[in-house]
Amino acid sequence: MVLVVPLLLFIGVTFLAPLGMMLLRSVHDPVVADALPETLGILGEWDGEGLPPEAAYEAIARELTRAREERTVGQVAGRVNRVESGMRSLFTRTARGLQDVTEGPWRDVMVGLDEAWGQPAVWNAVRATGQRFTARHYLNAVDMQRLPDGSVTRQPEERRIYMSLMWRTLWVSGAITLLCLVLGYPIAHLIAHSPPRRANLLLLLVLVPFWTSLLVRTTAWIVLLQTQGVLNDILVAIGLVGDDGRLTMIYNMTGTIVAMTHVLLPFMVLPLYSVMRAIPPRYMDAAASLGATPAQAFRRVYWPQTLPGVGAGSLLVFILAIGYYITPALVGGSSGQLISNMVAYHMQTSLNWGLAGALGGIMLAGVFVLYVLYDRLVGIERLSLS
Amino acid sequence: MTAEEGVVGGEGAPHVAFEGVSKSYDGTTLVVKDFNLEVAKGEFVTLLGPSGSGKTTILMMLAGFQSPTTGRIRIEGESVEDLPPRTRGIGMVFQNYALFPHMTVGQNLAFPLEVRGMSGEERHERVVRALKLVRLEGMDDRRPGQLSGGQQQRVAIARALVFEPSLVLMDEPLGALDRSLREEMQYEIRRIHRELAVTIVYVTHDQQEAMVMSDRIAVLKDGVVEQIAPPEVLYEEPERAFVARFIGENNRLHGRVVSVDGALCDVDAGREHIRALRVVDCEPGDRVTLSIRPERVSVNPEPGTFGNQVGATVRDLAFLGDHLRVHMEACGRKDFIAKIPNIVGHGGILVGDTVRVGWTVTDCRVLDYETKSDRKEEDDETT
Repeated sequence: MVLVVPLLLFIGVTFLAPLGMMLLRSVHDPVVADALPETLGILGEWDGEGLPPEAAYEAIARELTRAREERTVGQVAGRVNRVESGMRSLFTRTARGLQDVTEGPWRDVMVGLDEAWGQPAVWNAVRATGQRFTARHYLNAVDMQRLPDGSVTRQPEERRIYMSLMWRTLWVSGAITLLCLVLGYPIAHLIAHSPPRRANLLLLLVLVPFWTSLLVRTTAWIVLLQTQGVLNDILVAIGLVGDDGRLTMIYNMTGTIVAMTHVLLPFMVLPLYSVMRAIPPRYMDAAASLGATPAQAFRRVYWPQTLPGVGAGSLLVFILAIGYYITPALVGGSSGQLISNMVAYHMQTSLNWGLAGALGGIMLAGVFVLYVLYDRLVGIERLSLS
Repeated sequence: MTAEEGVVGGEGAPHVAFEGVSKSYDGTTLVVKDFNLEVAKGEFVTLLGPSGSGKTTILMMLAGFQSPTTGRIRIEGESVEDLPPRTRGIGMVFQNYALFPHMTVGQNLAFPLEVRGMSGEERHERVVRALKLVRLEGMDDRRPGQLSGGQQQRVAIARALVFEPSLVLMDEPLGALDRSLREEMQYEIRRIHRELAVTIVYVTHDQQEAMVMSDRIAVLKDGVVEQIAPPEVLYEEPERAFVARFIGENNRLHGRVVSVDGALCDVDAGREHIRALRVVDCEPGDRVTLSIRPERVSVNPEPGTFGNQVGATVRDLAFLGDHLRVHMEACGRKDFIAKIPNIVGHGGILVGDTVRVGWTVTDCRVLDYETKSDRKEEDDETT
């Protein structure tokens, strides 16, 4: 028992803690609340109609000046900008302008610096981003938004991206799972019922891609599938397609599906193989002696007994596919991107970690639902990973 | 070949006929050599032999899972080489049962009916009837994993019978059961055989099992038939040394033929002169095996009662309730055994005594000579 502690610590530090922090970040955003406490206190009494009282202008002027001195005004501006575009420049410009002003009336000063301060939308944006705990990222992740009056509606058409991306991720993962099953089932059957020497050799062939670098494998697909690639050259050479009609098989969804199916195939084959190996060939003989045709014997006797392996393999491939990042990034082009590429974008480029966390949280919940569903339908104790 | 090996029942064509069937897996070694057997309708025939004797291969060829290398197999006169197992209409009970683990008992039994397109109502009726036959009424909803070994065995038998095949094959069906259950099941199978009047071809390596159930037994060794006969004939009149050794217990003496006298001959075994029934064709000078059942040997008989009387030394005694087992050194063997029934009394025989043992000439059979490798289990021979 004690010997497991290092592993548990390792998992805790490198997996559970970051996971928890990301999930926390998806609902908890204290930047604005920490920077503008007084302003937000006053705005709390404001009804959202018309303009807030002079006190609010005074407070935000003071707090923006302080934020500028503490160099946090950029962060605050960025947060508010996510709710209302144009806010970033408004905030930085106003903060810069305020340094020359020492006394009010603050409303006139600020509207003087930028007319936008005379519009309620700006104040609503400030108030919305000022909440420490917010469902904003989750709403955002499912293409919804909260209006100033507090009601929740869908994003305008042109800003809906995540839901369609999630559906795309789901159906692509489903298609890849199905492809892996269709391709993997026969080979697993062949390996499971071959004599040991041949079985080992075949298993090795299945596993070789496992031991090859992901990048090498992906690059190989690029060489094969690209417009000037091997496959297209062959098709042109045998006259199946014209030189100007070369097929686009990569940097789109086709590329993503082909490469990911290849990468994930072993995860389907191994659990299937281990389940099939445990099925004595005698069962098929028995079915035949009882009068069943090979098809009947397969459908009624063999297939049901492989279901734990089918379930395990499918679950594994599907879950891995949902979260797959590197392959779509390399061969997916713009139409072959999946939800995890969007998560990566928000982590690395837009730095909207809250939204990245929310997208990740939704995927995590989806996988968990699948797991529970599987448990209900098949029973998780029958899940059999090689 | 004796008269018992001919057609039993005698009405029309035999149910199953093997005609010169040989089988080789690798093209050089034959696991079954020129196997001939006719099984009458309703007969219970057992293929008996040690492992590697080819008995299971013969059964698998009949079931259709293997095909003969040469020769022909007929079922009701029709050659079946080209028929796949599912169209042969044979019920089969496998070693370790091969019950489908993901189906209930009821579903297992309904399976052969379902694939025959039988309606649900008739299916149910047949399943209930089959379960009643093997005395497992009301077990439909159990899964095979929830049953004991004996119950699984009964389900396997019921499944092989539920579609009413006229021919049922059983491949060591009782091998996985403990001894008492095995004996119980032997009588069960015999009862079912009688009730349904089906033809059964049964494979086992257990000679007692074969004796209990079979109408006839085919004793196999290294892919060759040694003798085919009803159990009592096999026991009383073995024609081969292997059969004498394999069926029941036999004293086997080794010696040379001295002279031949019609149906009898004289053999010199361990410097004793023994008169015996000449079962195999032999000439003076041939090496032969003599077999004598231990229960046919008398210790210290009245002089002149038996055609054969020799001297012996008692090496060990064991009282086994119904009989006394006397281990002796006689005719050049250290393990010559006599069984004295409890009703006779043993007249105060003690270990170390020198006694006379005797037996009737016709109880002593002259059989083929066992080579050293045939009897390698007996190293304590003194000749």
